[in-house]
Amino acid sequence: MRSIALIDVNNFYVSCERVFNPKLVGRPVVVLSNNDGCAIARSNEAKALGVPMGAPWFKLKDLAKQHGMIGLSSNYALYADMSNRVMSILREYSPDQEVYSIDESFLDLTGFQSRDLIKYGQHMRKRILRWTGLPVCVGIGSTKTLAKLANHCAKKQPVFNSVCNLNNLSSAELDLLFSQIDVSEIWGIGRKLAPKLQALGINSVLDLKRANPEQLRQQFSVVMEKTVRELNGTVCIELEDIAPPKQQIMSSRSFGQPVEDYNSLAESITLYVSTAAVKLRKQQSLAGVVYVYIATSPFKLDEKQYSNGIRIPLPNPTDDTRLLANIALWALKQIYRSNYSYAKAGIVLSELVTRQHLQNDLFARLPSSDALMTVMDGINRKMGKESIKLASEGFIRPWRMKQENKSPSYTTKWGDLPVVYDPKWSLISCISGICIQYFKN
Amino acid sequence: MNNIKRGGIRTGAGRKVGTGKFGESTTVVRIPESQAPIIKDFLAAYQRKKVKADIDAVTEFEWPTLYATSIKLPLYSSKVSAGFPSPAEDHVEKRLDPSEFLINQKDATFFVTIQGYSMIDVGLLPGDKAVVDRSRQPVIGDIVLAVLDGEFTIKTLSRTDGVVRLLPANSTGAYSPIEITEEMNFEIWGVVTGSFRRFK
Repeated sequence: MRSIALIDVNNFYVSCERVFNPKLVGRPVVVLSNNDGCAIARSNEAKALGVPMGAPWFKLKDLAKQHGMIGLSSNYALYADMSNRVMSILREYSPDQEVYSIDESFLDLTGFQSRDLIKYGQHMRKRILRWTGLPVCVGIGSTKTLAKLANHCAKKQPVFNSVCNLNNLSSAELDLLFSQIDVSEIWGIGRKLAPKLQALGINSVLDLKRANPEQLRQQFSVVMEKTVRELNGTVCIELEDIAPPKQQIMSSRSFGQPVEDYNSLAESITLYVSTAAVKLRKQQSLAGVVYVYIATSPFKLDEKQYSNGIRIPLPNPTDDTRLLANIALWALKQIYRSNYSYAKAGIVLSELVTRQHLQNDLFARLPSSDALMTVMDGINRKMGKESIKLASEGFIRPWRMKQENKSPSYTTKWGDLPVVYDPKWSLISCISGICIQYFKN
Repeated sequence: MNNIKRGGIRTGAGRKVGTGKFGESTTVVRIPESQAPIIKDFLAAYQRKKVKADIDAVTEFEWPTLYATSIKLPLYSSKVSAGFPSPAEDHVEKRLDPSEFLINQKDATFFVTIQGYSMIDVGLLPGDKAVVDRSRQPVIGDIVLAVLDGEFTIKTLSRTDGVVRLLPANSTGAYSPIEITEEMNFEIWGVVTGSFRRFK
């Protein structure tokens, strides 16, 4: 039997903020999406107040005032650094790691079964808490789906003390446990599929485990069949050590304030192309299609609505920022209409091909821009983001997204390091003569 | 008796050449009286420089890298196809990286900026960056970054007669030790393992 672990950080974004701002401990805290839109992470205190995932911040403001709840803008520089620390610590525990998301990682512990895996998991948990200040839960099972489920149990049931190994439980104990967990908690089921399963009388994890996989395959998909088999301990989804190159790269943002003029839109589109092109070159791909879209706000019902997108196939795939930007701007001109308040714009690079597999055009001799792009990426890596950029990306960017309550980049910018003050009450004047110099003994 | 010289140079007498404060032979020069102090100053500086140069000559120098992480020197990879091989080739070593000196556990190490004067006696001045290692088990006597009722503070950890105290290191007496009591919200965030500062 395999032993696969899923380790994830509890309330990751909020936990990161609390490491550097201990005053947030014990208070309801939410972290907001780009543009301070919706709650994308909630502390346990905020969950207890009934704040749902994705709740818009403007609707939470009353609750915030009433309970002293704090809404923070997302600080991705901080979260990415803390995530890298956690993943790097976990790498020490197994050679087979799949970083599944910013706050989750699978580890294959099959080779470590001679150890007490609960103790091993507790060791990970304590080390990550001590070294980074972040609380994690560890779930262990014989498949990835079971590891995910074990992690859910570790988090929700205090009896496991944050580490749960389903492989240690007897089948009777497992059945009892699974009968108490809602089917929607299973990896890949979620809120959409759960009602359809419930219609078939499948309510709990145990129900799905006992369901007929072939039958479900016909009614749903092969993914559902895999889920059922994985619940029964057959590995269907392997660990992916190296993330496969992305099939498309997207870059889009909502604007901080509505944008009407073409120039601001053009600036933002160029910036998004530039961001996406860096990612493109990093994974050694070339883009074959550029898609550009713009949209007004669907929430402002009293305003005129317009949204449009255009897909431009390229005769020769490229990773040249300048070329991609030119194409995207040409595309923007085709779809731009004046007198609308645009709320969002974005680009998608797709039909990606790997650099090595590029089919050369018999008739086109493309000027090579590899050297220039390499230098550009190199400078930006060494001297910091946007040290060198296209002028059309804009400088002032009045359309930039709103981040009104963002914490400093505590671990990635010199000017943003946490500052250690002398707390006011430690500076007591010694006139009364009761001050003893302890540090002398 | 006629062989005895009277007056004039006596060979072997006087101070030996090069043993003076300049460490080399000297000569007599006439200078304008008004310029004497300037020239004396110049000579004093020249002498200091001379002494310092001698110190440099006997000190081993450690060259820090300019770009801490980005420099990757190719070790033993130089190609010598003809001619006399470089005698230094076998002795190529990596340049020193300051973060290697400062950091033991990179995943558990954080930097903080010092403000205030409470720890100046241990060399932590306002504006200094302190290196905090969370992986270390704090022991009595360590300089620690503690969290006290939600506030960060850097102090020396002490315990006498079962009482835990955070001690300042400032002999002016302007700062008092902080006694940790039950009702305080107290946590040791990490151990301060070093610090660094720039002058320019």
